[in-house]
Amino acid sequence: MPRITVTVDGVRYEEEVEPRLLLVHLLRDRLGKTGTPVGCDTGNCGACTVMLDGRSAKSCSVLAVQADECDVVTIEGLGRAAELHPMQKAFHTEHALQCGYCTPGMIMAAIDLLRDDPDPSDEAIRAGLEGNLCRCTGYCNIVRAVRRGAREMSGEEVRTS
Amino acid sequence: MIPAAFDYIRPASLDEACRVLGDAGDEAKILAGGQSLLPLLRLRLAYPAALVDLGRVPGLRGVEDRGDHVFIGALTTHDEVLRSAVVREHVPLVALATATVADPAVRHRGTFGGSLAHADPAGDLPAVALALDCVFVARSGEGEREIPAAEFFVDYLEPALHPGEVLLGVRVPKLGAGWGFHYEKFHRTAQAWAVVGVAAAVRVEGGSLEEARIGLTNMGPAPVRARAVETALRGVAPAPGGNGGAGGSRDPLRDACGEAAEGTAPPADLHAGQDYRRHLARVLTYRAVRAASA
Ligand SMILES: Cc1cc2nc3c(=O)[nH]c(=O)nc-3n(C[C@H](O)[C@H](O)[C@H](O)COP(=O)(O)OP(=O)(O)OC[C@H]3O[C@@H](n4cnc5c(N)ncnc54)[C@H](O)[C@@H]3O)c2cc1C
Ligand code: FES
Ligand code: FES
Repeated sequence: MPRITVTVDGVRYEEEVEPRLLLVHLLRDRLGKTGTPVGCDTGNCGACTVMLDGRSAKSCSVLAVQADECDVVTIEGLGRAAELHPMQKAFHTEHALQCGYCTPGMIMAAIDLLRDDPDPSDEAIRAGLEGNLCRCTGYCNIVRAVRRGAREMSGEEVRTS
Repeated sequence: MIPAAFDYIRPASLDEACRVLGDAGDEAKILAGGQSLLPLLRLRLAYPAALVDLGRVPGLRGVEDRGDHVFIGALTTHDEVLRSAVVREHVPLVALATATVADPAVRHRGTFGGSLAHADPAGDLPAVALALDCVFVARSGEGEREIPAAEFFVDYLEPALHPGEVLLGVRVPKLGAGWGFHYEKFHRTAQAWAVVGVAAAVRVEGGSLEEARIGLTNMGPAPVRARAVETALRGVAPAPGGNGGAGGSRDPLRDACGEAAEGTAPPADLHAGQDYRRHLARVLTYRAVRAASA
């Protein structure tokens, strides 16, 4: 079996993996990182989105062996319950989730978007989150949350409405 | 779902890749970005005995300005294509279409070559390759060969590559001054895949279309070049009021675009029937030519 080395949320792991093991299953079943859910079989829903070497990727559409020598950040690597990442806090403040299934992927995609566009328009936010489906919220609060998160991350004072 | 078991081989050079693929024959599949292949494996629609991962083979990735054409390496990701100033400046139709492919996360991993080698009639890039008369460069143990775009898309998910043959990259001709481009795509909001798409490259001279090249997405089992409408468009004024005559209600461009679905055999699925797809081909060709001529 191939042997891989992968850094996940700042910790290095050496694992023997079957070639068919998907990255998302490595994260969930081997490393216990169940913060990253699986929502589909087709790469459409984006629930499983993580950062792979600094850019968003759908971890259900990457083999664990392809992530050999790579750096992975999951939702669990962003912040802790006592100390949420500004984007996590913004989703909370703006009620940008209902069931929460899409939320980890939404937040990772939002953070990826801000790397290229730190102050995105609503249109840019919708385009940036195009690969992430939400079956609950209707997206309006998600767009608001990303706008708020962006302002918080750029250090701007945000008024609580 | 979990894919069926397969062997995984990650060659470190092109020579090694060709050798491994030559030995494996039909049993092996090439893995590039995996954005089409991994969903197929997960749905158990494909059962390759081995995957040969080109992800770490050097020399297959990047965009190069080569004078009269731009060479795009097969392993260049959609995201890299979009960030390339050379692509935007010299082959803007590639950028216009790539911007509509999937979503940011898929574009970070999915590759230019994988999109073409997959030969999916619903993919956006094959129509562009057809409209621009691109040339595909492929290599196997037997050596290198060139395949013109017009011969590359054989049938549904069937490119003109032999088993184990590696697509190295694509030569995209620069069409130069006087040409205008547009990619017009119709899709459902929640899914990027085209119901129908139209890639247009046009050259306008003295107020009328001197030349038009039209590639169609999702209008048959393979991506197609719409030759009938290209002929019909020749000499037509792309702006309303041009050939139409002052106050005339006829729009010759719209009439010409009536030929857009000529000779096509579009699929019927839950998104659209054949007649609706033919209708879309005509309407989208009209929009694409108008935008490309502007
Ligand atoms: C949610 C989602 C939405 C999408 N939406 C769109 C869309 O709107 N428009 C669109 O065009 N595409 C879309 N795609 C597909 C996407 O563009 C893929 O990147 C592309 O189809 C395949 O590229 P890949 O590098 O991932 O190839 P892979 O999945 O790795 O391979 C695809 C096929 O090509 C072969 N192959 C790959 N590279 C080579 C090579 N160098 N030489 C020989 N054979 C090779 C493989 O063996 C395989 O058969 C979407 C995909 C997903 C998951
Ligand atoms: S689970 Fe990965 S995209 Fe749906
Ligand atoms: S909150 Fe339920 S899917 Fe988005």
